[in-house]
This record gives sequence, structure tokens and C-alpha cells, in this order.
Amino acid sequence: MAKVTFNEALCKGCALCVDACPKGIIALSKTHINQKGYYPAQVEEMDKCIGCASCARMCPDCVITVER
Amino acid sequence: MAIVYQKPKALTDKPFHYCPGCTHGIIHRLVAECIDELGIQDRTIGVAPVGCAVFAYDYFNVDMLEAAHGRAPACATGVKRVNPNNIVFTYQGDGDLASIGCAEIVHAANRGENITVIFVNNAIYGMTGGQMAPTTLVGQVTTTSPYGRDPMSAGYPIRISEMLSQLEGPALVERVSVHDVKNVVNAKRAIKKAFQNQIDGKGFSLVEVLSTCPTNWGKTPQEALKWLQENMIPQYPLGVFKDKEAK
Repeated sequence: MAKVTFNEALCKGCALCVDACPKGIIALSKTHINQKGYYPAQVEEMDKCIGCASCARMCPDCVITVER
Repeated sequence: MAIVYQKPKALTDKPFHYCPGCTHGIIHRLVAECIDELGIQDRTIGVAPVGCAVFAYDYFNVDMLEAAHGRAPACATGVKRVNPNNIVFTYQGDGDLASIGCAEIVHAANRGENITVIFVNNAIYGMTGGQMAPTTLVGQVTTTSPYGRDPMSAGYPIRISEMLSQLEGPALVERVSVHDVKNVVNAKRAIKKAFQNQIDGKGFSLVEVLSTCPTNWGKTPQEALKWLQENMIPQYPLGVFKDKEAK
């Protein structure tokens, strides 16, 4: 059981985490924008997360916290 | 559940001003993680450069000072000599370190000053709008080389790590990249070693980190990482160029 939390306000929608995720469960939101005006990254199927923290390691803006 | 990854304590809460996908943020975080893990936050002093990372003093939660363009190694030399128990690092871009600060870095390295230098190389001047840097690749289009860098008039890209590794002074000169997770982990190992060298009094350590500039390269963050891998690494091969320990 693992969980990732995105501090959405900091996200700039660069999508480096999207490519880094080995499970392919991260995607940019298609429906809402954050305060900065970007489409923030989010996880769609949290139960598939393995807590590898690859997304957090690639994130340039310290958006992601990983729990396992 | 336990937290396995979060923002390091050696970074402040201030959001980075960098463009989306700029790997400066990754490198800031790696430096901060190393400071956390080595337990040196209370005695670390950083020297910020001129360039995109000029506001590094707002982001690192340690004592920081701002050097004149390119002069960070000279400032760091002074700080370290006056406060030998402090851990002193500089964080410099390629426009800062390889161009206007070339003399300072060469002589700081040659003296073997016991400081740590993080050299971020993205082959372009980012802050000022994407002009040609000494590290710009041959044929690379920038705002001041609109037909691509022509070595007949603009010379060739400077390989700082190879150049400094010829000197007697440095303890560690290594080039790493941050274009994928594996390389990010390796970059952190190199940066941590560079700080450990200083703690152990081994002398000058420089880690060159290949970085992207999606905005001024005119690419998406993903394309920029791919461009780094395909174009910069052949020109700037990764590896350890000097390690006194290894001898």
C-alpha cells in the first residue's frame, strides 16, 4: 500500500513525473487548472501506486510526497 | 504509512521561480537532500551565482550570500578560509562559471580550496533570454547564433570538467546528468560525495550537472530531456574525471 500526495498549488504541469512513473498512473488534469494557471499532475488509480518515488525524484518543484 | 519522500528541510517553503520542467529544481532538491542527510544544515554557507539560479539564496534554508557574476568561487574561498568549520558550496550555471567566472573557478580548483562547487550546465544563457554560452554545442541555435554556433567565429564548447581535471588541486571532478530517475540518483551520490569530501578536508570538489532549458531551447520539458540525452551527453560524456581517493 502506497500513497503519493501532490501539492497542487506548486505544480507547473511539466509532466516529468508522468514519464517517470513506471506504472503509468500519473496524468495531467484535463478538467481544472491550479492557481498558477497550469494543468496539475494527479494520480488516477492510487491503488496501483507502488511507492517507488520515481515521480518525486523527477519533480523539479518538490510537489510530491510519497508514503509507503 | 511512513513518509518515504518529501521536500527536504534544507529548502525553504518559497516556490521555485524556474520555468516548468527546468531541472534546476531537481538539482536544488538534490543539494538540499545531501545537506539534510549529512546533518550540516546549521553550518552550511552557500554562494549563489548570477543567472537563473540567482535567487538560490531564497530557496536554500541555510546561510547564503550572493556573489558578483562568476565570482562565487572567490567568495567561497574567503568564507571557507575565515570559517574553516563551515561547509561552503557554490551553485553556478554555465554562463556564470564557464564564461565570466572561468578564471575564478580555475584558480580556486588549482589552489585546491576545500569547497564544493555545483556546476549546472545547460549549454545556454537562460536568464538573459537564451544567448550562446561557452558551453553551447556546435550548430546549436540560440538568439545570438541564429544559424547555429559556428566554431570558426565562436569557438568550440568548453568541457570544464575535463579541463579542471588536468589540474593537481581538485579532489573530485565528476560530470552527471538528471535526464532520468537513474541519473538523478547517481547525481545525488556524486553531490553527496562532493560535500563529504569537504567535511573530510579532502579539498576542492566539483560536480557538473547536465541540465535542461526547455524555454530557451524551444522544446517541451520531455523533448528537452531527450535532447540532453541525445546531443549533450555525446559532447559532455558522463563520468568521474578526477578522484584523488581512487588513486
